[in-house]
Amino acid sequence: MNQWKNFSKGFFKENAVFTLLLGMCPTLGVTSSAINGLGMGLATTFVLVMANLVISLIKDVIPEKVRIPAFIVVIATFVTIVEMLMQAYVPALYDSLGLFIPLIVVNCIVLGRAEAFASKNSVGASIVDGLGMGLGFAMALTLLGSVRELLGSGKLFDISIYPEDYGMLVFVLAPGAFIALGYMIAIIDKMKKA
Amino acid sequence: MEYALIIISAIFVNNVVLSQFLGICPFLGVSKKLSTGIGMTGAVTFVMIIATLVTWMVQKLVLEPFNVQFLQTITFILIIAALVQLVEIVLKKVSPPLYQALGVFLPLITTNCAILGVAIMTIQKDFNLMESVVFATATAIGFGLALVLFAGIREQLDLADVPKGMKGTPIALIVAGLLALAFMGFANLA
Repeated sequence: MNQWKNFSKGFFKENAVFTLLLGMCPTLGVTSSAINGLGMGLATTFVLVMANLVISLIKDVIPEKVRIPAFIVVIATFVTIVEMLMQAYVPALYDSLGLFIPLIVVNCIVLGRAEAFASKNSVGASIVDGLGMGLGFAMALTLLGSVRELLGSGKLFDISIYPEDYGMLVFVLAPGAFIALGYMIAIIDKMKKA
Repeated sequence: MEYALIIISAIFVNNVVLSQFLGICPFLGVSKKLSTGIGMTGAVTFVMIIATLVTWMVQKLVLEPFNVQFLQTITFILIIAALVQLVEIVLKKVSPPLYQALGVFLPLITTNCAILGVAIMTIQKDFNLMESVVFATATAIGFGLALVLFAGIREQLDLADVPKGMKGTPIALIVAGLLALAFMGFANLA
């Protein structure tokens, strides 16, 4: 398969969030600001790439029947590594993402790619696939985080764009997550058809 | 902490779906019809209570005495995955009608982040065994409440005249947003 196509499908055509509706919990839960969305996206990308790498290496050794538990162990290992790394080097981000870091392990995107792609393809292709899917996810989260942060508090990546008093607080709170994502999916659907 | 406070907080104030964003996949996935929504709620309640009970005991009796808390994520997810399988097998033998009702939803539950989320939260909040079980039950009720309300609205939505571009997922998400907004009214209750 063409490597570039393999990489770029995660951004638009098969974007996990906007078209496949996978990984909704972290998408809605952590995107109250752009930086949180980006951090979550990159953490997930790391887990995706490493899990795809390891699973494509050991795919021939795993018996068919226990492959799902085996995949989960591999994924959980890398999630634990990410958790410890973030706690050590970016404690502020670790605190604001909170519960959603261990929950990367149940993110359907990671297990989905392991099952659908890494368990059938070569190591190189699996890494490229993980990177594309992960960065596509990170892009979606950053986009949603930016929209919510800008509308809600008048900031973008913590840089003030307009006075906070004019912001609509609801976009930073829980309901705003659903509403903003609803409109974004509608807009992206429209763009795809056009 | 008082039990009443835990219950009200978990069902209304910090509703697991609408304010914590856990279990969104089944919330959006199986809410097209009221009957499937109720079936899913039953399965989630069942697994959530058992899973919280087992993970709490493993945390207190195994992970903490041996000082290996960093294995929490791996241990918990494996316990939940094994437990779901076990519940499926036992249910099939013991109560075929219940298995008929919940069976199709059980495999989906392993990747339901609400289960793992609640298991981790009870540890973070430092609940004792009884409080953990109450918390898990109340969270499951909160999940059920949100899911059943949402499924009811979505059934009505089929009859509504929705703009073409908003049909399907976008309007469902906006309805969920409005529901979350309504639940914010409970904010100062507990």
